[in-house]
Amino acid sequence: MSTDSSNGGTLSIRHAGKIYDPDGSNVVALDDVTFEIKAKEFCVIVGPSGCGKTTLLNAIAGFDQLTAGQILLDGELLTSPGKRLLPGADRMVVFQQGALFPWKTVLWNVTCGPIQQGRMSRREAERHATHLLARVGLTSIENQYPGELSGGMKRRVEIVRALMNDPKILLLDEPFRALDALTKSVVQEYLLELYDLTPKTVFFITHDIEEAAFLADRVVIMTTRPGRVMKIVNVDIERPRNHQVLTTPHFLRIENEVREAIHDEARKAFEAGERELA
Amino acid sequence: MAQLIATAPTAIGDAGAVNVPWNVRLRRLLRSRRPYLALLGIIAFFLAWYLLVDVLRFWRFRELPGFVASVREWINPNPVYGVSLFTAEYYNHMWASVYRVFVAFLCATGLGISIGILMGWRRIFYGLTFPILELLRPIPILAWIPLAIILLPGRELPIIGLTFLAAFFVTILNTLLGVKSIDPVYFRAARSLGFSQTAILFHVIVPGALPYIFVGLQIAMGACWFSLVASEIVSGQAGLGYKVWEAYYYVQFETMVIIMATLGFLGYVSSALVRMVGNRLMRWRARILAGV
Repeated sequence: MSTDSSNGGTLSIRHAGKIYDPDGSNVVALDDVTFEIKAKEFCVIVGPSGCGKTTLLNAIAGFDQLTAGQILLDGELLTSPGKRLLPGADRMVVFQQGALFPWKTVLWNVTCGPIQQGRMSRREAERHATHLLARVGLTSIENQYPGELSGGMKRRVEIVRALMNDPKILLLDEPFRALDALTKSVVQEYLLELYDLTPKTVFFITHDIEEAAFLADRVVIMTTRPGRVMKIVNVDIERPRNHQVLTTPHFLRIENEVREAIHDEARKAFEAGERELA
Repeated sequence: MAQLIATAPTAIGDAGAVNVPWNVRLRRLLRSRRPYLALLGIIAFFLAWYLLVDVLRFWRFRELPGFVASVREWINPNPVYGVSLFTAEYYNHMWASVYRVFVAFLCATGLGISIGILMGWRRIFYGLTFPILELLRPIPILAWIPLAIILLPGRELPIIGLTFLAAFFVTILNTLLGVKSIDPVYFRAARSLGFSQTAILFHVIVPGALPYIFVGLQIAMGACWFSLVASEIVSGQAGLGYKVWEAYYYVQFETMVIIMATLGFLGYVSSALVRMVGNRLMRWRARILAGV
């Protein structure tokens, strides 16, 4: 990349807590969550629905505030209950439902970050964008509108848009949820390719256990109600990875470890949900 | 006034109108059923007029101006009642009305969109203005006529003012709705990407609200013509609304019908113009709707 981000990106989450209190009935979304993501580590968060994954992401991104604990970036306090954090380009978010501006061309979408921040000239940004788009297999779509692209293409454009800002952390909230299995595997490999090219600290949320084990350096498994860290699984598979690793015994063992940890949790969450409905 | 609120702005006209050359579009159009059906409907209408009034002449239809007589008057170089395609008076009235609508519509668009965006964007402004807007909006435009005459000097300004007012409320409301319709995720994305407030205004709010704004502008254009004619009848000395009433008063029924048809035609053309500008500004939507 043309700009340098070699230093930093260590994210520490310390005793993070979030209580929603809409009508006096406290809902504990996050309770004493503590873990650290090392600089340039690909960290995947898995857990059943309602375990506070997105709450945590929103707190890091600056869309929401914690009610307890701290989040530090490279040792500096990012946010705590007393410190309001604004969204910024050092923590780029790739949204679940996609947030490319449909009224702007692909090129405008991808270059707008660095141009608005005044970090690159239009020319520079466009050259850089064309280069990155080509890396993920997208050529000559610069002047199309997002609505004209397929789901898989849109996700790739969105990841490129985030990377154009050279963030310290990339925050992805179930980015491939809406994709079909085939498209998903292709886009996953492109994401890994970009990651290997310019490693960044990645905070990736998913429900998909195979996806978690395939992408991650470490998988953080969370419990639900209250949202806590239940287990952290190291994925010691060499990079670069491609989909062939999915069938190796080593991968399957890791995937199984994650699956078993999460399965009990999912059943508990499901039963709790049933009880509430009953 | 429920029909003045846009529900789903998918009706922004002829979607495939971008990128395809006009001759290809024309050939496509001529091969479809649409123009022939439209023509058939129009012919059926005039035929019904002709049969009811000119031929059958039953019941009150006997009193109405005949189709043949009206057309003959319209294309007569020496019209019986002084208004036809070949008289200056016809174009003077047209110009007076078009000018008023044009000025009123432009003012309503500029002010209405600005206020609507402010209301959708700034909560304080919304809290301040929405209740009073909702109290003023339901007052029928006809009820404003005396006040406009008292307040605004001359004969021209009250008419323009009333025409403006009708379009103004519609434009505000639809713009507000347009801003509210923007998915909050775009604001989050813009803030993450480091957009300034001005950049958010011009690159998120305005383009995001545009589909609703243009539906609103089309309705506003209709409202303009409606209140123009009403106020010209009351306080005008020229203009199509004035003339339609005068022709009735002097029992020049052919002229009355000619003016009515002219109002219909001008209303159609002005709406089509608004639609065209909308399609220009929203190419991204046109292409998606066309499924290119």
